[in-house]
Amino acid sequence: MTFNGGSAKSLVDFQRGEISREVFVNEGLYREELDRIFARAWLYVGHESQIRRPGDYFVSCMGEESVILTRDPLGTPHVFLNTCRHRGMKVCRYDEGHTVHFICPYHGWSYATDGRLVGVQQYETGYQPPFDKSQWGLIEVAQLATYKGTIWATWDAAAPPFLDYLGEARIALDLALGAWDGGDGETELLGSVQKWLIPSNWKFVAENFAGDGLHVVSHRSVDMTGIGPTAGEGRRDNPGRLLLAMSPAWGHGITYSYLPPTTNRVEYAASPATSDYFTQCWERRLTKLGSQAGLQVVVGTLFPNMSMHGQQPRTILVAHPRGVATTEMWRVYFVDKDAPQEVKQFLRHYYIRYSGPAGMTEQDDMENWNYATAASRGTIARRHPYNYKAGLGVGGSHELVPGVVTDYPVSMSSEQNTRTLYRRWAQFMDANSWADLTPARAF
Amino acid sequence: MANTHIPVSPLNYLMLAKEVEDFFYREADLLDERRYEEWLTIFTDDVRYWMPIRKNVPYRAEHGDMTDENDIAWIDDDKTTLTKRVRQIQTGVHWAEEPASRICHIISNIRLLEAPGTENSNHELAVTSRFCVYRNRVETETDFLVGRRHDMLRRVDGRLMVARRKIILDQSVLMAKNLTMFF
Repeated sequence: MTFNGGSAKSLVDFQRGEISREVFVNEGLYREELDRIFARAWLYVGHESQIRRPGDYFVSCMGEESVILTRDPLGTPHVFLNTCRHRGMKVCRYDEGHTVHFICPYHGWSYATDGRLVGVQQYETGYQPPFDKSQWGLIEVAQLATYKGTIWATWDAAAPPFLDYLGEARIALDLALGAWDGGDGETELLGSVQKWLIPSNWKFVAENFAGDGLHVVSHRSVDMTGIGPTAGEGRRDNPGRLLLAMSPAWGHGITYSYLPPTTNRVEYAASPATSDYFTQCWERRLTKLGSQAGLQVVVGTLFPNMSMHGQQPRTILVAHPRGVATTEMWRVYFVDKDAPQEVKQFLRHYYIRYSGPAGMTEQDDMENWNYATAASRGTIARRHPYNYKAGLGVGGSHELVPGVVTDYPVSMSSEQNTRTLYRRWAQFMDANSWADLTPARAF
Repeated sequence: MANTHIPVSPLNYLMLAKEVEDFFYREADLLDERRYEEWLTIFTDDVRYWMPIRKNVPYRAEHGDMTDENDIAWIDDDKTTLTKRVRQIQTGVHWAEEPASRICHIISNIRLLEAPGTENSNHELAVTSRFCVYRNRVETETDFLVGRRHDMLRRVDGRLMVARRKIILDQSVLMAKNLTMFF
């Protein structure tokens, strides 16, 4: 990493909790991120329910780039760069659909849904000698992994297997993506994707969900108004005692909640059907998981830019970089596949009044990220680091969850998770390859 | 004479069309002047205020160009949620609208469509219009959102009210950081 002749690590003072503003606003660093982070890390691409049948496709992003998620005739999922090998034209400009071939409009090259180049105009007569079509299929990711319905990919063959990359956050994905009753039921996406552009650096988004308890004050207006699934003030039901957990080696940050098994949970009271459903799920969950039943995920970020809420709302967000000060947000919502339709509809209304560009909670987050970015770009502003000192020195192991954990009440304020995110960021920015990143070191 | 099937005389048609236009222009004034409490009163208690999401789909699948009534949308509000949005602005600490945006609604292409039967006991009228909603906030942050509205207007105690509004924005990726404005 060549910024300013120094290293990225010099921009992130983990011990003192100070991080340079250049991390968020420097154009050169941003361009290096595209290479050193987004071309290396495991990125969330989509969900199995978006490509249910062979021939289905869904256009997604990895970093700045457009990719096509497909399911081939054998049922295998693939992720390809959405660009023709001939002259670069996007081979798919629809958002989603079903097809046998992707046919490029420019010169007619056509590709099967497993990426093979199957059609080239004038192939027999125009190329003497003919070129080897098998070397000119769509550019495919180096690795693809599916986990509880989610689909991830990386461009880097040297990246560790996805389950290793998850580290301590694996339990968080299990909890967030698992059926509410703790059983083997599936979760599925609740409909289409919300995509919108915001004038912020992507890392403000990632750190918000990694563990930023102190920003809750910003949501005072929605809490006063009251949009939660139970009547009264607030925007969600009480999830219980908050535990802040970070993965020191992998950079992920999770906020868990815990309720004792004796809790009489009253949730979703505004909808009797939904309340009944969750009460039944809780009872089954108690039977299956005992004292662990009350452990769930509130919110988290998996390095670098996949964030999720595990309960209220229940949603996955990817903050796609579109420039140092622009991010394209892609947000999806998910539910228990077997939940009754009435429950899914109630949740649908709740989720989109909470999150998204019309979400009364998310709107205030975006205002902060927007003007924090804008106010940090100046020459003088950049000289003054951000203060990430909350919760320094606190945190240890915890019997309930893995990783380095800060328990309640310091969990409400500690910035341990966001410090960890940037320490991992600096490791990626300084690394020449995955050899420098694994085994992932906590220093 | 407009191509409607409303069985009225030309003069009554003109009077009805003018009433609907005035209704929409007054609504635009209420919004632009931030008179949100009065704006809420134009909606029936059972209103559905819905803004589906647009998608890029093949020509032959044109019917699938926007999300349906059961899918995720930008907005899918009842009267309660619309009221909540107004309450949130009124707290004075809704940072996305504090300081307040400067918003201008231009409503145009107002047409009365076929009324769903003269025996419609709800006395509802189908109307379409176009909107250009311009927003400028803080220093130079500017949005320009354009699209169409499909409304069902209902006459209650003699006055028009909006019983259903479908807002069709002509963007797929939303090119605004939020949707705090009303349409």
